[in-house]
Amino acid sequence: MLLNALFIALREIRRNLTRSFLTVVGIVIGVAAVVTMVTLGRGATETVKQQISKMGSNLLVLRPGQGWGSWGAPQFSMTDVDAIRNQIPGIASIAPFVIANGTAVYRENDRSSDIQGTTPNYFAIGNWEVGIGRFFTDEEVSEAATVCVIGDTIRKELFGDGIDPIGSKIRINSVSLDVIGVTAVKGQGGFGDDLDDNIITPYTTVLRRMTGRGNGQNVTQIMISGQEGYPTANIVSDVGQLMRERRNLASNEENNFNVFDSLQLADVISSSTKVMTSLLGAVAGVSLLVGGIGIMNIMLVSVTERTREIGIRLAIGARAREVLLQFLVEAVTLSCIGGVAGIALAYLLCKVLADVVGAPFLFDPKINLIAFVFSAAIGILFGFMPARRAAALDPIEALRHE
Amino acid sequence: MTGEALIQLSGLTKTYGTGDAAFMALCGVDLDIRCGEFVAVMGPSGSGKSTLMNILGCLDSPTAGSYLFKGISVETLNKDQRSLIRRHAIGFIFQGFNLLARTSALENVELPLLYRGYSRKQRHELARAALARVGLPDKERNTPAELSGGQQQRVAIARAIVTNPDTLFADEPTGNLDSKTTADIMELLRKLNSERGISIIMVTHENEVAACAKRIIKVRDGLIADDSKSPGSPSTLS
Repeated sequence: MLLNALFIALREIRRNLTRSFLTVVGIVIGVAAVVTMVTLGRGATETVKQQISKMGSNLLVLRPGQGWGSWGAPQFSMTDVDAIRNQIPGIASIAPFVIANGTAVYRENDRSSDIQGTTPNYFAIGNWEVGIGRFFTDEEVSEAATVCVIGDTIRKELFGDGIDPIGSKIRINSVSLDVIGVTAVKGQGGFGDDLDDNIITPYTTVLRRMTGRGNGQNVTQIMISGQEGYPTANIVSDVGQLMRERRNLASNEENNFNVFDSLQLADVISSSTKVMTSLLGAVAGVSLLVGGIGIMNIMLVSVTERTREIGIRLAIGARAREVLLQFLVEAVTLSCIGGVAGIALAYLLCKVLADVVGAPFLFDPKINLIAFVFSAAIGILFGFMPARRAAALDPIEALRHE
Repeated sequence: MTGEALIQLSGLTKTYGTGDAAFMALCGVDLDIRCGEFVAVMGPSGSGKSTLMNILGCLDSPTAGSYLFKGISVETLNKDQRSLIRRHAIGFIFQGFNLLARTSALENVELPLLYRGYSRKQRHELARAALARVGLPDKERNTPAELSGGQQQRVAIARAIVTNPDTLFADEPTGNLDSKTTADIMELLRKLNSERGISIIMVTHENEVAACAKRIIKVRDGLIADDSKSPGSPSTLS
């Protein structure tokens, strides 16, 4: 019986294609909007997760102050680095960071940059691979050798694509450094920063030739990679305790340093993009609701226009509930067709926009199913009132209608 | 079946409105119609004949009195039950034809069968047979817009008889037709009544049309004012 009703509904829909199209267009837009938003949002979340994983997993960053950019707080010393390496279990590798600013110059090109002074094990911790040339060695660290490894963006800006940078000298703050390697391209990081925009040298080189030893507290940040399988949360709390002791912090004083866990970071950022996605999805959902109201209105008009026809059906012997079912099936069929069309439209939109936005294209069948079910529900919900009105018509009155 | 009681009205009353604004459209009608009869119902507007037809056709319920249709007490039935009676036992023909627009003749005729749950094949077969019986075997694909008034009424008659009812209710069936077509339609109705024993109850205001029936009932002020055998149709109409 339901199949029969479906055929009748399809026939009625085909009888007035223009009106059917106008009824459905709201749902199509609504469904397309919701599915596109949610799909792109999930793509963006995935992208962020991937970008953060480029930083290296099991990566912890010990920084001064609270929050990422507290420059006033006390920095670390090399003895802190040694203490952590010797006393904290579960650490695979540790690298100090001494950072200086300057302008790198090659011939007529220049670029201002952060010069990151560190040890060779940083390259493993930070998930770096050699593009061309090589990384510097422990010996070069102990010699404070004037060598550097540059990122691909620096290479492009200073040397362009024609010149081999290996062996060339660049000047930074009156220090001349030999370029011995270029890192493989990484692209954008989790914070939207350009990961290839850096110059890496031995930290001893920075201390001895650029910034000077200062008060011994010149380590800007300490990067730690945990051992595979060892819970990073333990390292975080152990390092925290150690640093509190070393800095003589009283039990009621807050930490004047903090430990960033890249996995936590990934979760924080991805949860915020998830919230964004939900928000956008909800807004798009409103348009779906409006589409439902559109269906209701058009169905009401349709019932009024087909009053005579309903009267005929009733006179011939249709029961009230059969008329109700007929119009309800029409409404649901329309909204389901709209749902399918909306999903198809979303597919096209996502394909186009994924390239523009740079997010990967992840069409999830689960989202499509939910959208489809939702559009069917909208059809039932908003089609019910007009259907009931049709069923309640008095056949004699209806037959007299124009 | 012919000769058995079809319609028995006893004190049938229909009142619209309440209190001071109450209007009695039917004031206690008594009527007896047998199977196989061909009855014309006449009366001026406001006489209550439309109300009477609506109640006889089970489209409406009386306010008081009893209505036995083939022994069933229609006044006790609810809306759904009356729908079922209309579905199974009654065919309707209207002045305005009341066909579904933009729908083929075949689809129009098979409409009552849809509600009876017949299969597609069965519906098409029965609909074609009905169209043939009314003399339109080759018009099944035409929509009402592509048919003349007389042809549309024939399609409507085909729809009315496709379920093989034993009673037809016709409300001014020739009101919108010219005299030649009127004669054709009345001939068709007469044949349905005489050859197939279908009872026909027809409302009309034209005397010539009423003369085609075998019995004429005149309604006035909510009561039956006259009820007599038809003088017979003049030869020009047959």
